[in-house]
Amino acid sequence: MSATTTTPTPSPAPKTNHAGLTVLDYRGGKTTLCAGCGHNAISERIIDAAYEMGIQPENLVKLSGIGCSSKSPAYFVSKAHGFNSVHGRMPSVATGVSLANHKVMLLGVSGDGDTASIGMGQFVHLMRRNLPLIYIIEDNGVYGLTKGQFSATADLGAKLKTGVVNDLPPIDTCAMAIQLGATFVARSFSGDKKQLLTLLKAAFAHKGTVMIDVVSPCVTFNDHEGSTKSYKYLKDHDEPVQEVGFVPHFENIDVDYDPGTTTVVKMHDGSSLRLRKLEHEYDATNKRAALDIMGASHEHGEVLTGVLYVNTKAPSFTDLLNVVDQPLGQLPESVTRPPKKVLDQIMAELQ
Amino acid sequence: MATIDIGIQEREAQGNQGPRKVNDFSIQVATVNGSGSQSANSVLLRSIFQMGVPVSGKNLFPSNIAGLPTWYTIRASKHGYVARKKEIDFLVAMNAETANEDVMTLPAGAVCVYDEPLNLNQLRTDITFYPVPFDKLVAPVCPDAKLRRLVKNMIYVGVVDFILSIDLHESENAVARQFSTKKKAAELNMNAVRAGFDYAKATFTKQDPFSVEPMKENTGKIIIDGNAAAALGCMFAGVTVVTWYPITPSTSLIESLIEYLKEYRITPEGKATFAVVQAEDELAAIGMVLGAGWAGARSMTSTSGPGISLMTEFVGLGYYAELPGVIFDVQRVGPSTGLPTRTMQGDILSVAFLSHGDTKHMMLLPSSVSECYTMAMEAFDLAEKFQTPVFVMLDLDLGMNNWTSTPFQFPDKPIDRGKVLSAEELTRLGGFARYKDVDGDGIPYRTLPGTQHNAAAYFTRGSGHNEKAQYSERPEDYKNNIDRLARKFETVRKFVPAPVKEEDGTSKIGIIAYGTTHWALVEARDQMEKEHGIKTDYLRLRAYPFNQDLHDFIKRHDRIYVVEQNRDGQMHQLIRLDVAADQVTKLRTVLHYNGLPIDARSVTEDIRNQEGK
Repeated sequence: MSATTTTPTPSPAPKTNHAGLTVLDYRGGKTTLCAGCGHNAISERIIDAAYEMGIQPENLVKLSGIGCSSKSPAYFVSKAHGFNSVHGRMPSVATGVSLANHKVMLLGVSGDGDTASIGMGQFVHLMRRNLPLIYIIEDNGVYGLTKGQFSATADLGAKLKTGVVNDLPPIDTCAMAIQLGATFVARSFSGDKKQLLTLLKAAFAHKGTVMIDVVSPCVTFNDHEGSTKSYKYLKDHDEPVQEVGFVPHFENIDVDYDPGTTTVVKMHDGSSLRLRKLEHEYDATNKRAALDIMGASHEHGEVLTGVLYVNTKAPSFTDLLNVVDQPLGQLPESVTRPPKKVLDQIMAELQ
Repeated sequence: MATIDIGIQEREAQGNQGPRKVNDFSIQVATVNGSGSQSANSVLLRSIFQMGVPVSGKNLFPSNIAGLPTWYTIRASKHGYVARKKEIDFLVAMNAETANEDVMTLPAGAVCVYDEPLNLNQLRTDITFYPVPFDKLVAPVCPDAKLRRLVKNMIYVGVVDFILSIDLHESENAVARQFSTKKKAAELNMNAVRAGFDYAKATFTKQDPFSVEPMKENTGKIIIDGNAAAALGCMFAGVTVVTWYPITPSTSLIESLIEYLKEYRITPEGKATFAVVQAEDELAAIGMVLGAGWAGARSMTSTSGPGISLMTEFVGLGYYAELPGVIFDVQRVGPSTGLPTRTMQGDILSVAFLSHGDTKHMMLLPSSVSECYTMAMEAFDLAEKFQTPVFVMLDLDLGMNNWTSTPFQFPDKPIDRGKVLSAEELTRLGGFARYKDVDGDGIPYRTLPGTQHNAAAYFTRGSGHNEKAQYSERPEDYKNNIDRLARKFETVRKFVPAPVKEEDGTSKIGIIAYGTTHWALVEARDQMEKEHGIKTDYLRLRAYPFNQDLHDFIKRHDRIYVVEQNRDGQMHQLIRLDVAADQVTKLRTVLHYNGLPIDARSVTEDIRNQEGK
């Protein structure tokens, strides 16, 4: 708007998505995390992705464990139910929610401590169940709320500000997730807006466990020289394994692609995920090969990002339960309480 | 029952082996775990049941798959007493390893049927021995040598039938029922029962006073274990989400429930109206329960002491964030792994206050299989009405043993889902505050995820929150909320099952018990009155928190004995916290804690001593 305008012009109607909602409908409360925290960038990308995908906030459930990362569900999509549970145990709560209502979409946010240390027991079992949910690890390699102790994803030889060196090997949550049965596994960097947004949009289209490890620098405790989770380190070592493209099901766009360099994965909701090869010979649909390359690149200090594994054919946990279509939590008494004749029959058998 | 008693006494007077003991004795069968004795014992129990005689059975088994000693006690009682009888009257000694000790601990005048090569008759002269060459008898009826070890046990059923005048036809019926789906096995086992009976008939002259005579006490009655009864209650409560981790003695509750659900909760299209998940541990099991309860399911888990310990943190979240869920605690002997296959009322105090901070929880205390059924249903209503975890406290004795009961009644009131706001109600109200005490009962309103209204959402958290469920560390917000939770707990007192009282207003001695301890009390109160002239009043607790009835009962009496199955008098301590200071000194304890179900005799002797009689 020009400063010289004298008559007020009607402001244009705010842009809406295909659900008729504006991006403001996806905002959350004001963040209380540090300025510059990678987690805030991730919250922004979740808002963008939910908006662009036209997710109904009422059909979304946000969950988290405990830690800096786990506070963030309060900072996006306020119109969705949220559940900030206990440390390392969000997977079980999410599983319970899914059992009660398989029609809501679940988005869980965890951290590296919340997942790879205290939460490892529940994390691995969540992955092997292939429960339909998006599980994001906001991975900064340190415990922020308790002021900067190493977590189990910290790299060997990484240095704390205090000079303490990490002498234990890191847990690669993506490799574990792939091995255990998650069906959409990706790694990204909070500073890579485009890649992260594309991955999150694809995540909303997937039915099964989506595990995205997002390296998300801690500006207060782990963004210094010697850290392997700093903005600088990631800028220097981030190695995308492919260029990720995504065409949602509601956009009828035919984009030309070269089948020699691009793999197209049809998602559950009809969207398509396009993975265009870069330097790496990386096949995200081949579990074993993916794990091999991930292992090798780790030895070279590379942080491979992009879609590391995708499988849209495996049955989800909900499929295996063979439950009625109506959410179990909403079934009426006429369905959940068998009639008197059933009790009479059982009593007769026990006589 | 009076007329039957007279009839039996008349016949007792005509006995020729000293005073006859009809329908009033205990049988103990000592075998090796994994030898198939469970089937034989069930047949024996059911034979007596079918003769109309009040009967109870208790399995005293080891934490082992096969090889360790195991005992099964059956009590026939014309008076209807079903607690464990301290003295064993009739021993079936099949286990070489324990036979000597088993015989040496019998009271004089007892009976011992034993495996002939054990030569037990050398040990005592004051009991009646009936040696049986089991190996010789089993060979002709069981050509397959591999099966003989199992079939051998069925032979003692026939022997006992003859000695105790148990109707052989009833045992045949019981065998047919036991092996209803396996005709060949039924035939094989029936032949074994008959072989035992025929041998005994041809060999033994009755030398002991014990016998079974038909009564009519079991007409229309059922036999069921408490875990299966609780499972039935869960199904009729409309449970939809079941998550669990296997642990003795609670496993069979879930396994029974799975069987019932598969049979009765599948739609004609073949779809399940329930989900059962075997979790990775108890932490996950309770996390799933609370997540499901939050999202609107009737959710439950079942566990025992070690599982309760693991669930501690989540249960605190359930209390503070106000999440419904039902937890069955089939108590076993602790601390730690303790005696995993023995019974105890050991989790009362820890469950009442499970988790850190100020927490307290509802506990329902079933005494009978019938209450396992009704309280399971009540627990789901209470959990949703009060939006909090509810515990149903069984113990191994109730959960895993077979009990007789009158048939269960179909629930006479609809399911209560509590204060859940629909989209229409939200439109009418224009919104809601999740933790606001709108009705003055401490119970707030909630919405379920997926509710199609833009004011439905709220943020659930275990951290401090205000009425609107927003994060808050403000002192007044914290206090308002935690005070409301206390108010809610006060409301609970009016809605949990009230105690059952038996008093005539003349006695100054009051007894308080709960759970399976009740059955010893029924008998002990008769013993105290008949044998020592001690008249007592009785209050059976059925829930925590307590209501006014308990306070009034204590006020009305000079001395109160709290009888329970743990070392520290856990319920006694809970009562002390609830009653006025001037009443506390009236409270005394009677405690039983050796892993075996409590018996009446021990209670009688303890109270007699404390009464100085």
